Amino acid sequence: MRPRLARVLVHAALGLGAALSLLPLLWMVSASLMPTGEANTAPPRLLPSQVTFEHYAALFTRLSLGRYFLNSTIVAVSATLISLLCNSMAGYALAKLRFRGREPVYRLLLAGLVVPAQVAMLPLFLELRALGLVNTYVGAFVPAMATILGIFLIRQYALSIPDDLLDAARLDGAGEFRLYWSIVLPTIRPILATLALFTFLSTWNDFLWPLVVLSDDAKYTLPVALAGLVGEHVQDTELMMAGSVLTVLPVLLLFILLQRHYIEGIMAGSAKG
Amino acid sequence: MATVERDSARAAWLFLAPALVVIGVFFFVPVLAALALSVTDYDLYAIANPANAQFVGLANYAQLIRTPLFWTALRNTFYFAGVGAPLSLLVALAAALLVNAKLVRFKGFFRAAYFAPFVTTLVAVAIVWKYLYQPQYGLINAALAQLGIGPIDWLGDPRWAMPAIILLAVWRNFGYNMLIFIAGLQRIPAQLYEAAELDGAGAWARFRHITLPQLAPTFLFVGVITAIGFFQLFSEPYVMTGGGPLKSTLSMVLYMYEEGFRWWRLGSAAAIAFVLFAVILAATVLQLRVQRETR
Repeated sequence: MRPRLARVLVHAALGLGAALSLLPLLWMVSASLMPTGEANTAPPRLLPSQVTFEHYAALFTRLSLGRYFLNSTIVAVSATLISLLCNSMAGYALAKLRFRGREPVYRLLLAGLVVPAQVAMLPLFLELRALGLVNTYVGAFVPAMATILGIFLIRQYALSIPDDLLDAARLDGAGEFRLYWSIVLPTIRPILATLALFTFLSTWNDFLWPLVVLSDDAKYTLPVALAGLVGEHVQDTELMMAGSVLTVLPVLLLFILLQRHYIEGIMAGSAKG
Repeated sequence: MATVERDSARAAWLFLAPALVVIGVFFFVPVLAALALSVTDYDLYAIANPANAQFVGLANYAQLIRTPLFWTALRNTFYFAGVGAPLSLLVALAAALLVNAKLVRFKGFFRAAYFAPFVTTLVAVAIVWKYLYQPQYGLINAALAQLGIGPIDWLGDPRWAMPAIILLAVWRNFGYNMLIFIAGLQRIPAQLYEAAELDGAGAWARFRHITLPQLAPTFLFVGVITAIGFFQLFSEPYVMTGGGPLKSTLSMVLYMYEEGFRWWRLGSAAAIAFVLFAVILAATVLQLRVQRETR
């Protein structure tokens, strides 16, 4: 009897927690499908009286959400691809190649971890302004092109590549780049998937930096556009919820499809912490 | 063999070059430049022509100390991090213990459900919560009314605005910490519990004397990461309150953003950024100290 009671209680607590976690997201979807005005009634409705997609249509036709969606995609995909290349090469070199200066480089990067990104932000803006990169896609993804955490994540994983494997390929006459491309990259594929996911999500969700560097409406990413829209359309609850759904949906879908990589990546990353 | 080593060294630097150039040019150089910026009166005129900027020593820092708004931002940030980060840790630990319990089914579902808010776009969910907090029509006040509480003007009352933002931040953030705690729990050797059970230790004693001490390194990791994140509060007040009402949710980063990118007082904004850096560094060192002493 007692274990059974415990089982019921634990599951009840877990169920309540899951409801609290998911309710805001479920209400967002529900409200986005309500006819105009229905989300602002007392007592509040949980489900739409009739489902309408008019707010989604309005976002794409009147408010050029498609444009922002495209901008976010360009910025996040570019950041992901470039950072995969930069971080994997650097992480591999730090893990597996012997050279003088490896320790100092490692320690310098480690020291960089304690500096919050906001400290670099003001001069970075001036620097990009001088380079003519303010208000460009490149400007928006520049800080994500190589990241210290990404390098460390790769390094940690690459440490487990057997040296014999690399030496054997060297004896066969493979050049260092060949080695990286056809042996190292395939071996570290799981961590590359995790890193790609991390980078895509964090660039897609990023707000402060794109807010600073993008001044022209046509270049806005979704979060920047959404924060602007809520100022003008604060009364249009249903419309804003549709905008939020479109912003959150891609990252939520990616997470659901690839959760194994994501969750294991986080849990593995903490193992050395 | 010597040539192999030289080849390998050359290859290593080539592999490192792209990342080091990017991080050097777009991170380390700006960090050093920020230090320089913070001792100048860099403003709108200097943006037009950098020659207009002058060295002012520590005047920006001295000015900040005399500005009440700076202290408000500092106090608010400490309030948010001081309450929000421990709360996030507590909720995360409770969730981890529940999800990790042996008798639980559908572990994968619960883990994913609790973690889902963490992957969402902060700006979007801040907007969602803004409506949830709406005093007349919002779901939260409607639920509280069922319990006979309220109505609370969550984002319009200076006493409630920060707690409201803390709740949102904890909701979005605890799932990540939960994962780290689960990883920590799974690393505790099962023999420890078996031995304690043989000695007749109850559930609470096992939690107190095995689980908690064994989780100490995890606590440190999670505590440091969470504190660093919470001190950088920005998007929630930007979207939900604009720093109000009565500046009750103005954070350090929001203050820096307004000084730097609204009023273009970049010198002063850089000084704020360095105060934030010092605060985060101090919080990290403090936690390392506490951890070492309790061991």
